[in-house]
Amino acid sequence: MNSKSKYLAYPYSIWMIIFILFPLFLIFLYSITLRNANEIKTITFTFENFAKFFNPIYINVLIRSISIAALSTIICLFIGYPVAYLLTRINEENKGLLILLFILPMWMNMLLRTYAWMTILGNTGLINSFLSFLNLPKINLLYNNNAVILGMVYNFLPFMVFPIYTALNKMDRSLIEAADDLGADSFTIFRKVIFPLSLPGVISGLVMVFMPAVSTFVIPRLLGGGKNILIGNLIEKLFLVTRDWNFGAALSMIILIIIFISIKILNVLNIDKESGISL
Amino acid sequence: MKGSIIELKNIVKKYKDVKVLNEISFNVYKNEFVTLLGPSGCGKTTTLRIIGGFEIANEGFVSFEGENINNIPPYKRQINTVFQNYALFPHMNVFENIAFGLKIKKLKTKIIDNKVKRILNLVGLENFEKREIDSLSGGQQQRIAIARALVNEPKVLLLDEPLGALDLKLRKDMQVELKNIQKTLGITFIYVTHDQEEALTMSDRIIIMKSGNIQQIGTPINIYNEPVNSFVADFIGESNIISGVMKDDYQVNFLGKNFECVDYGFKKMEKVKIVIRPEDIHIVEKDSGLLNGEVKSVVFKGVHYEIGVISKNFEFLIQSTKSSKVGNTIGLYFNPDDIHVMREV
Amino acid sequence: MKNKVSKLYLSLVFLFLYAPIAVLVIYSFNDSKSRGNWGGFTFKWYLELFKDRDIKTALYYTVTIAITAALISTIVGTISAIGIYNMKTNRMNLFLNINYLPIINPDIVTGIALMILFLSANIKLGFSTMLLAHITFDIPYVILSVLPKLKQLDKNITEAALDLGATPFYSLRKIIIPQIKPGIITGFLIAFTLSIDDFVISFFTTGSGVTNLSIEIYSMARRGISPTINALSSLMLAVVLGLLLIINKRTTLQVKE
Repeated sequence: MNSKSKYLAYPYSIWMIIFILFPLFLIFLYSITLRNANEIKTITFTFENFAKFFNPIYINVLIRSISIAALSTIICLFIGYPVAYLLTRINEENKGLLILLFILPMWMNMLLRTYAWMTILGNTGLINSFLSFLNLPKINLLYNNNAVILGMVYNFLPFMVFPIYTALNKMDRSLIEAADDLGADSFTIFRKVIFPLSLPGVISGLVMVFMPAVSTFVIPRLLGGGKNILIGNLIEKLFLVTRDWNFGAALSMIILIIIFISIKILNVLNIDKESGISL
Repeated sequence: MKGSIIELKNIVKKYKDVKVLNEISFNVYKNEFVTLLGPSGCGKTTTLRIIGGFEIANEGFVSFEGENINNIPPYKRQINTVFQNYALFPHMNVFENIAFGLKIKKLKTKIIDNKVKRILNLVGLENFEKREIDSLSGGQQQRIAIARALVNEPKVLLLDEPLGALDLKLRKDMQVELKNIQKTLGITFIYVTHDQEEALTMSDRIIIMKSGNIQQIGTPINIYNEPVNSFVADFIGESNIISGVMKDDYQVNFLGKNFECVDYGFKKMEKVKIVIRPEDIHIVEKDSGLLNGEVKSVVFKGVHYEIGVISKNFEFLIQSTKSSKVGNTIGLYFNPDDIHVMREV
Repeated sequence: MKNKVSKLYLSLVFLFLYAPIAVLVIYSFNDSKSRGNWGGFTFKWYLELFKDRDIKTALYYTVTIAITAALISTIVGTISAIGIYNMKTNRMNLFLNINYLPIINPDIVTGIALMILFLSANIKLGFSTMLLAHITFDIPYVILSVLPKLKQLDKNITEAALDLGATPFYSLRKIIIPQIKPGIITGFLIAFTLSIDDFVISFFTTGSGVTNLSIEIYSMARRGISPTINALSSLMLAVVLGLLLIINKRTTLQVKE
């Protein structure tokens, strides 16, 4: 049975080549060629697209994307870790219900969730209408970096909470009791027992928030306005408006590299958990 | 060969350049209960799986009723298997499990119902048809596994340590039941176990294996009384194994003395190993036996006392219904035909 | 003290999560278009929603693509998972590494990559390209669900089936697939959910007027606040709430059994 069954996967392997590998290869190809490469003979390989990137404007976009994404990720960590911890401490009957309630917003369409903040933060939105009602001046809450960060945290918080919750849930309670028995106070117990054991979950959470945060274009578009664009918006514009596929492809490669680097870094930190490295 | 239903010839099996089976050859006769016996890793399960068709030998062949079945897949062999962990289908109930093979043969519903009913009676689990697998105890699952295999009326049944997970009492009961079933149905059983007592109890013949080689083939009495080497002697039953020298035919020398024995055909002064069973050594008055010794330990085992005696620097293990006291000096006596001489392995 | 602080904190977080949604729901009944005033309770935005052609088209495409893509990817994914399960380790790892690329890659890269593929091959963007894209990112999740269940299978059970006379295909149908059924169903549900909710990949791989709910909401939202979206949000919330309650009831029933 074994020898023949493996052929069952071969049709899909062809699919993978066509729809997964080849498209990525095309991106790579576009990133190292120039626009007028319509005839095969005029193909020249170049790093010009990447060189274009080293322009202060674009570098700023990259830096802004990474910092906003990183900031949102950290905020998610600080808000989300206690949530995950408290969720594990709830008694069994309510636990299911509360987790369900926590998941519910996640199931709402991501665009609707982002749009929801537009209605709260906008000039004619809830907060400003309330302020006008009190005859107070309106605040520009929307269409800036803070709104984008708010949108990211709001959308990605569950992705931070769940891996940490899973890791904490799996933890052996008797370890805490043993530490307690040996005389450690709560803070030490957290620092030396709970946090290190939850580290794999934390790493997962960091990856699962940072990745979509650094590459999203919906959130900055709806909440950030047209001015302070992030790298996701830039890529979208290059492909759909400017139609500079080559430069867009180069930027896509750069995003891929950023993501793979961050995963590598975080994995290295994970391996070192045995020796007690702290973030 | 006449009367043999399965024949293995020079079977070799390798896992990544390691020879797990080294030219295994033996016959299995119709209606006999044959046991492959040996320690973990000796290759007995691999041999069984090759007979069943789940492994393919690198060299050699297996024949069934005279025909080479090397390339015949398991579902085409008239052989069924009882697995060590029962391997019952968890998503089916008892009836569906047992009827599985019959449905494949496309038998009529009524016939299937009858056969399942009868086999459940045979294994003592009447009316269990609708039960779910996870509601059964280990012993019950065991018997369903046996029923599922037997209902297909195979010519040969392979059993891979089927009683391993059962507690002692249940295991002993099942041993008797299995033997009865085998005799009643007249099916050839090939049984694998590492438990030598189990093998001695149930088998018509035993094949002892070690590290991929066959050590000895014979009836239980045969193997117990005439182990062919010290491994077999040590593996089957308790033994005292002493190094010695064959002085002449019917004369062997060990522990500094000559003893009369019943073995012959060895070279003069050939180095040999002598086996004496603990129950064959009798405790007598000091100086009235063949050797003197000092009692080192006495353990009550219910059926007998297990007494450790040191004589001429050799620690004898004696099983006797008579007790003794630690520190006593006693005499040891054994009959010439209780001295078994074997070649050095 | 600890308890009170914990409860307060959790409540704040839940408030943060639900406040925007609550605002949407409340204002979906607001007669006045502006956020500030309460113009009276009305269902008119819901009526406008039902009359809205674009949204109905979007809904149609969303559900059709989601069901079709989920079905196809579940079938292909399950069969492929069985194939992968029988591969030697090295080849299996290579296969899986490529397979999981769509999961690891950001949506925007996957979407753009597929768009480039289709346009370079001169295929017009539309329903089929969107469907192909959905299948592409759904199948890895199906494999992710089914493969662990295959690895958990007791090897002896499949051997027992063969021993009793079943051909490998019969054994696959009657023994293997029933045992991995939970994984197959989970895979289908995950694929369906992902497809229903997808925005980025669909955005880049569709055209010719084919759209889905997320894309529709995006275009409406870019034009500004619209009460019809509020009505849509309330309805979707109701559906999601209903689904989750049903799932919750079923799992508690199963636990009780």
